[in-house]
Amino acid sequence: MSRSYVPHWIHWLGSPPNFYRFAGALKPWLLLAALVTGVIGLYGGLVLAPPDRYQGDVYRIIFIHVPSAWMSLFIYASMAAAGLVALVWRIKLAEVVAMECAPIGAAFTLITLCTGSIWGEPTWGTWWTWDARLTSELVLFFLYLGVIGLYNAFEDHRRGARAASLLALVGIVNLPIVHYSVVWWNTLHQGSTVDFLDLSKSSIAPSMLWPLLVMTLATHLYFFASILGRTRAGLLALEGGKQWVRRLVTEDAA
Amino acid sequence: MAASAQSAPVVRGTRPPPTTSLAACGALLRRDFVLAWRRRGELFLPLLYAVIVTALFPFALGPDPALLGRIAGGVLLVIVVLAMLPALESMFRSDLEDGTLEQWLLAPQPLALLALTRVIAHWLTTVLPLLVVMPLLGALLNLPTNVLPVLLLALLLATPLLVLLGSVLSALAAGARRSGILLALMLLPLAVPVVIFAAGAVAAAQSGMPYAAPLIWLGAALVLALVLAPLACAAALRIAVES
Repeated sequence: MSRSYVPHWIHWLGSPPNFYRFAGALKPWLLLAALVTGVIGLYGGLVLAPPDRYQGDVYRIIFIHVPSAWMSLFIYASMAAAGLVALVWRIKLAEVVAMECAPIGAAFTLITLCTGSIWGEPTWGTWWTWDARLTSELVLFFLYLGVIGLYNAFEDHRRGARAASLLALVGIVNLPIVHYSVVWWNTLHQGSTVDFLDLSKSSIAPSMLWPLLVMTLATHLYFFASILGRTRAGLLALEGGKQWVRRLVTEDAA
Repeated sequence: MAASAQSAPVVRGTRPPPTTSLAACGALLRRDFVLAWRRRGELFLPLLYAVIVTALFPFALGPDPALLGRIAGGVLLVIVVLAMLPALESMFRSDLEDGTLEQWLLAPQPLALLALTRVIAHWLTTVLPLLVVMPLLGALLNLPTNVLPVLLLALLLATPLLVLLGSVLSALAAGARRSGILLALMLLPLAVPVVIFAAGAVAAAQSGMPYAAPLIWLGAALVLALVLAPLACAAALRIAVES
């Protein structure tokens, strides 16, 4: 008997009807957790945290801007990872997950760019500047749009997903560029203040750090809830004529 | 190898089938040149497009030679990138449609090598004429004469890099529904660093500063792409051919 190094539950979860049921059960809890942590984080950031020494109350947009920026990078990495699984092992579920990540990531990137613009106007005196951080984040937004566009240009969704996954992998080179842009170049955008390897070394006040981290958790939970919901919809669209979908519909109707 | 050459049927009036990888690439290059020559009228279209768009700038901005001279380098760079886009889109489409790509997959030569040959043929037939016409376009926009060689060198490094990137994206989009602007949407984000470095070299030359550093970065990226892009293009072609 050969021993498999892949746990059985991964195989189980890779089957569309199993994932559909699992995601349907998990998603409401994740959404609730996201809502609760979001409320806590926003209360901590907008009400409890003190005003900034130089920026006053304008800085409070950080509690939306920074978690969204971190999500834009995290979701791209997730999309590329799912795309790699889809390309190498041809797993249908990985294809659906990768393609459903793209619109969520694009939305977070757009939120990052817009909130950054709104923050920059009173603090830098400009809505936009072509420094390395902003330019590479804008390029990330276009990469997301490219993946969405390429996927939708195919009639066969499985082939389209694989082509778009390869595109996502080609664009992964932008992720370290976005992250290290403030280190490698002289940018208007500030350098990094949060050191995840040793939070006590961060150059941000603790009263501002904890709402930031709670908001990060909230956005991550929201993303997981969202991707579960979107993948369910994507699986239904892909597997429309199959037995398990038909059974689902007739059970619902009965 | 010799046995296969003897057993392969030789059609009268044609060359024997290639036995080495180099001979196969030579055959592919020859085929692409013959095909390009047969539609040589089409190759003038990107040139004409570049000339017309270059002529639009003095109409749009006014004929002040000082202003035109200041923006000429960057404008010509963008015009070359835009003129390359339509031809890039159809790099693999006709071969996908008539089944040649499937023969590439079945060939004993590595697919990445054949893809690289196609990239070289494409650059020679489509992009080199654009570079040849650069002095004329430079004169139209009052480009300073000391900047022209740097612009040509920057384009010599940047355009093969863009064709290599474009080959991967064109292979990805080859099996998709025809969508004119899709390749531009995918290529331009990846082309941004290339344009930044090429424009940096031209701007440095224009202000009399040393311009070698951005060109060396471009050269490094080109060498990296020469090795990696054909591999990615081969993976993309395999996705495009499977039905």
